[in-house]
Amino acid sequence: MRIFRRTLAAAFALLFTLAAHAVQPLDFKDTAEEKRFQALTRELRCLVCQNQNLADSDAGLAGDLRREVFEQMRSGKSNTEIKDYLVARYSQFVLYDPPLSTSTWLLWFGPLLALAVGAGIVVVIVRRRQASLNQPPAAVAVASQEEDW
Amino acid sequence: MARLLPLFAFALLVALLGFGLRWNMQHDQREVPSPLIGKTAPAFSLPVLNDTTRQFGSADLKGKPYLLNVFGSWCPSCVDEHPVLVRYAKELGVPLIGYNWKDDPADANAWLARFGNPYDVIVTDQAGRTAIDFGVYGAPETFLVDGEGMIRLKRIGALTPGYVEKELKPAIAAARLAAAQSGK
Repeated sequence: MRIFRRTLAAAFALLFTLAAHAVQPLDFKDTAEEKRFQALTRELRCLVCQNQNLADSDAGLAGDLRREVFEQMRSGKSNTEIKDYLVARYSQFVLYDPPLSTSTWLLWFGPLLALAVGAGIVVVIVRRRQASLNQPPAAVAVASQEEDW
Repeated sequence: MARLLPLFAFALLVALLGFGLRWNMQHDQREVPSPLIGKTAPAFSLPVLNDTTRQFGSADLKGKPYLLNVFGSWCPSCVDEHPVLVRYAKELGVPLIGYNWKDDPADANAWLARFGNPYDVIVTDQAGRTAIDFGVYGAPETFLVDGEGMIRLKRIGALTPGYVEKELKPAIAAARLAAAQSGK
C-alpha cells in the first residue's frame, strides 16, 4: 500500500513537471500580473493549433506570442492595445471573443435569428391546428390524415 | 404536395451537405486571410545567414519589388515547395529573399545543401519577431512586396506551379510595371 502511494505521488509529480514544461516559464513579479497574463492569453487564439488558446498551446509560435504579450504588458500596454497589436497582424481570428462588427453580426445574432425563425414556425403550426380544431369534423379529419406521416 | 414536403427538406439538407463538402475540399480551413495585404510591409533588419556581421532588411530593398519566402529546415511542406522555388527563382525577375524562421543555422545550411539554394539573400530570425510583424503563422508563407513597400500578395502554404503561373507572375508583372512607372 505504501509503495502504491509513493508511486502515485511520483506519477503526479511527473505529470505536473510535464505540464509545467509545456509552457516556458515567465518571470512574473506578482500574482496579479500572472493572473492578468493568464486571463489575456486565454482570450487569444493560437494560430497554429487553431482550437487552442495561447495559454495552453505548445506550438513554437504560441511561445513567441506569449513572450510578446508578456513584454508588452511589462512595457505598460493595456489589454486593448495588446489585442489591437495582434489583430493588426493576424486579423480578428486571434480573438476568442470577437467584437461586434459588420463581419461578425451573423456570428453574434445568428443563433437568435434561428431561434426567432423556429418560434415563428411553432406559432404558425399551433395556430393552424387550433383553427382546424374549431372547424367542423370534416376539417379535423384532414388534419389527422396529415399527421400520419 | 404536403406529403412530399419532408422529402424536399431532406433533399435540401443533402444538397447543403454536398455544398459544404465541396467547399471544404477547395478551401484550406486553416487559412487565415492576412489583414496586412494592401498595407505597408513591416520594416525589418536581420542578420544574414552565414554572415552574422552583416544585416539585411527592408531598407536595402527600398524601391524595388521583392519576394519574401518564409522557410525552415523543420518544415515538411517547405520540402514540397522547394523545387518550385528552385525552378522559378530566376525567371520571376524579382529578388527572392529567404526568411529562415526559428531555425538552427547549421540545420538550415544542411537543408539548403541538400535541396538547393534559390535565394538571393537569406536572413535568419531565431526569436521570430519579424515573423510576428508579418503575421506569419506557419511555414511556408510567401509575400510579394512592391516598390512602394506595400504587401501585394500573401501565399499561405506551399507555392505550386499553378499558383506561380496564375497568381504570382501576373502580380509580379503588375508590381514591376508600377515600380518602373514611378521610377521615371
